[in-house]
Amino acid sequence: MDSTVTQGKVWEGGNKPLDASYGKMMMWFFIVSDALTFSGFLAAYGFSRFKFIETWPIADEVFTHVPFFHGNFPMAYVAFMTFILIMSSVTMVLAVDAGHKMQKNKVIWYMFFTIIGGIIFVGSQAWEWGTFIKGDFGALETKSGKILQFVKADSGERAALRDFAKPLHGERVQHERKNGMWFVGEGSLPSYSLNEVVEGFKANPNILIRTEQINEEGHKTLLNRQESLAKIKRATQVVEGANLVHNEYGHRLFADFFFFITGFHGFHVFSGILINLIIFFNVILGTYERRGHYEMVEKVGLYWHFVDLVWVFVFTFFYLV
Amino acid sequence: MAHEHKLEIFRGLVKFKSNIQKIWGVLAFLCFITIIEVVLGIYKPEGLIKTSFLGMKLLNWIFIILTLVKAYYIAWDFMHLRDENKSLRRAIVWTPIFLVLYLTFITLVEADYIYNVFKEGFVTWDF
Repeated sequence: MDSTVTQGKVWEGGNKPLDASYGKMMMWFFIVSDALTFSGFLAAYGFSRFKFIETWPIADEVFTHVPFFHGNFPMAYVAFMTFILIMSSVTMVLAVDAGHKMQKNKVIWYMFFTIIGGIIFVGSQAWEWGTFIKGDFGALETKSGKILQFVKADSGERAALRDFAKPLHGERVQHERKNGMWFVGEGSLPSYSLNEVVEGFKANPNILIRTEQINEEGHKTLLNRQESLAKIKRATQVVEGANLVHNEYGHRLFADFFFFITGFHGFHVFSGILINLIIFFNVILGTYERRGHYEMVEKVGLYWHFVDLVWVFVFTFFYLV
Repeated sequence: MAHEHKLEIFRGLVKFKSNIQKIWGVLAFLCFITIIEVVLGIYKPEGLIKTSFLGMKLLNWIFIILTLVKAYYIAWDFMHLRDENKSLRRAIVWTPIFLVLYLTFITLVEADYIYNVFKEGFVTWDF
């Protein structure tokens, strides 16, 4: 009932439908529609994943790096990023709470910490993109676009191309527009040619091939030496790192969705930081003190929490499930 | 929201003295859930991976439920939906839930069909 009761005059304005101010209501409209956009992306991700359910890359094996540390730490850095974003969400609520009590200095400090948290998050995401694009082990791609990765037979660890590729002489030079056809470009050449990898593979009996196929135990299928030797004949090119067309970690759609979804989310965080900064300076200048209320802080807070909310879902569907 | 805060969470099981206390309490709860998720994600207990329910591993269902729990507390306490008018809250929450359930149902069923076409068709996709 409470929503249908109007407060006195109906037509002269000044009413608040649903007890929410105009600005807050519009922020909620925007958030609902943006939530649907993200849901569309995640549903598309789910679509592609269910379509290739038996060959999809395993996220634990892709995101294993932590800055400044060597070794294999699955999930650790993403978990850290999640904590950072939740923490900055908390400082944002504290800023809103301080705003309700008209405590200007507290609002300033809490907004400051929120912005710092956001910057750390975006920086971490940039680092994660960089690591993902650079790649670590390298792989071969077959004619049908399937990825062949390498494993050391004795230890069961992943083998990088640099561990076994055999340097051969007589390299081909990179095709550039100035020395070849002006209308055809070529990306940077991989560190090893296909021939070098194949020769190195044949010379080193300790290396086995791992295909994209996920077996009963939920691991990627490991071929034996004979199968591996047969399989490597199908390879057509060397892949290092990931971009929109090739992806050494497995299915190329995985990289496409990674760039698209985390990129779109990262862009939201970035614009959230900018909006937070504007409000931050307005608070310092005393705009809301003069206005008599800190509702703008609450509105930008809604946006900031929404970005956190989206990350919670991206974290689950990209890294956990 | 402009008036006062509701300070109870877990259906009144936990009641906080002030809004600030509630914020820290909710943070502790969210961190706790995230830690459970990460630990399950790293160790992947055998039993939860082997059993599947409605075509998905039990572990993945646990992840999705924990995510929805987290989303609930972020929306209810950080975005103050708990203090908003009931009809505003319902309009905000149920609209996306309905549309997303519909969309995921359609896309996942279709994707599963395509998966079977790839698998059982007489064409090889690995050459």
